[in-house]
Amino acid sequence: MQVILDNWPLLLQGIGTTVALTVLGYGFALVLGTVLAVCRVSPIPPLRWAATVYVEIFRNIPLLSLLVLLAFGLPDAGLLLPYFWCGVLGLTLSGAAFVCENVRSGINTVPIGHAEAARSIGLGFFGVLRHVVLPQAFRTMVQPLVNVFIATVIGSSLCAAISVVEITYVTQQLNIASAQAVLLFVVAGALYLALSLGVAYAGRRVERAVSPGGGRSPRTAGSRTGVAPA
Amino acid sequence: MSANTTATQVLFDAPGPRGRRRILLLSVLSVLLILALIGAGLWQFQRNGQLAADKWIPYLRRDYLAFLGKGLAGTLEATAVAAVIAFPFGLVLALGRISRLRALSTVAAVWIEFFRGIPMLLVVYAFLLALPAYGVTFPRFWMLVIPMILVSSATTAEVFRAGIGAVDRGQNEASAAVGLTHGQTMRYVILPQAVRLVLPSLILALVSLLKDSTLGYVVSFNELQFQGKTMVSITRFLVQTYLVVSVIYIVLNFLLTKLAGLLDVRMHRRAAEGSGRR
Repeated sequence: MQVILDNWPLLLQGIGTTVALTVLGYGFALVLGTVLAVCRVSPIPPLRWAATVYVEIFRNIPLLSLLVLLAFGLPDAGLLLPYFWCGVLGLTLSGAAFVCENVRSGINTVPIGHAEAARSIGLGFFGVLRHVVLPQAFRTMVQPLVNVFIATVIGSSLCAAISVVEITYVTQQLNIASAQAVLLFVVAGALYLALSLGVAYAGRRVERAVSPGGGRSPRTAGSRTGVAPA
Repeated sequence: MSANTTATQVLFDAPGPRGRRRILLLSVLSVLLILALIGAGLWQFQRNGQLAADKWIPYLRRDYLAFLGKGLAGTLEATAVAAVIAFPFGLVLALGRISRLRALSTVAAVWIEFFRGIPMLLVVYAFLLALPAYGVTFPRFWMLVIPMILVSSATTAEVFRAGIGAVDRGQNEASAAVGLTHGQTMRYVILPQAVRLVLPSLILALVSLLKDSTLGYVVSFNELQFQGKTMVSITRFLVQTYLVVSVIYIVLNFLLTKLAGLLDVRMHRRAAEGSGRR
C-alpha cells in the first residue's frame, strides 16, 4: 500500500493522461468519423472512394503498428510530434474508421420511407441527413459508439509502448522500482475496469434516454394510442 | 425500388443535368484535393530524402523479405495457437455464462467482464514483469500467447453467447417435444447452428488476435512488428520498415475481413432461401 501512497502524484498524472488521451482521441475520432460517414453516403464518387479506402486502411492496421509508425517512423520524414500527441493522433485515426462504420450502419437502420418523405418535402442531401436521418440514426448508434469509446480507453494503454506516461506506463515503472507487482497491477486493472464499466453504464443510461418514448420501455409505447398500461 | 435498397441510397435524388454538372464539378475538386494531400505527403517525404530508391529497393531483396517473412511466420503461429485455444475456451465460457448454475454463471460473467475491461498490454506486463518476481516464468512465445488467449476468450465468449441467443426459440421447443434433455438439445441442436451463425464474427475475432499479436513488440517475441523493430535497429530505415510492416498487416486483415463479409452474405442468403424468411 505504501508504494501507492508514496507515488500518488505520479499515479494521478497517469490517470489524467489516460483520460486526456481517451477524451481527445475519441472526440476527434467522433468528428472525423462523422465527416467520413457523410462522405461515404454522399453523391460524389471520389469522396465515397476516399472514405472507403481510409476506413479499410485504418480499420485493419493494428493500433500498435500505427502508434509506432507515428512516433518512431514519421520523425524521419520530418514530422516530429510529442509522444502524447502521437498517441492522440493514433487513437483518432483508428477510432474514426470505426466511428464511420457505425454511423453508416446507423444511417442504414433508418427506414427508407423517412428519407424519401423528407426528400419529397424538399429537403436536400444535408437537410435530410441533419434533420431526419442522423437524429434517428443516433439512437441505434449509442451502443456501438460507447463500444468505440471503451476500445479507445483500452487502446490508450498501448501509448505506454511509445513512452507516454499513462496508467499502464506508470504501473510498469512503479513495478520495476518497488516490486509490489500484485498490488500495482490490481490497482491498474481496477482503474481501467472502473473507466470502461463506468462508460458502459453511462452509455446504457443515454441509450434509454434517447430511445423512442423518452425513457419508457418500447412495450409501453402503446400508451400513446390511448391504451394505458396498468 | 428493389428490396435491399438502404437509406444511404435514397438520401439524394437521381440527379438531373444540372445536378450531374454540379456532382462532376465537386468530383473534380475533391480529386484535386485528395491528390494535393497525397502530393503534400510525398513532397514531405521527398524533402527529407525518404523517397530515395536505395531506401526502398532493399525491401525487394531476398534476405530482407526472408527476415520479415520469419516475423510473419511468428505472427501467424502466435495467432493460430491463440485462436485454437481461445475459441473453444470462449465457447465453454459462454456455456458457463448461460448456465442455470448460479455460481458457474457468476464466475464466467466476472471472467468475461474483467478481461473485456482491461487492456491486453496490462496483462502482458503482468506476465512479463510481475510474475517473474514470484518465480513464475514462461518462454517469450507464451508470454505473448497466454494474454492473447485470456483476452480473446472473453470477447469470443460474448460472440458465442450472441450466437446461441440468435438460434430460433422454436428449435428449443421442438427438441423438448421430441424428448431431448437440456444438455442434448444444446449439443445436437443449438450449438451446431450457433457455431455456424457466429463464423463471420469468429473471423473478425481472428483479426483482433492478429492485431493483438503485435504486442510481441513489447515481449520481444519474433513476430512481424518486433522483427520490424530489429530490422530498424540494423538498417536505420525507420519510416520504410514500419510502413512495410503496417502494409502487410493491413493486407492480411483486409483479406480476413472480406472473407468474413462474404461468409455473412452467403449465410443470410441461405437462411432466406431455407426458411423463406429473413
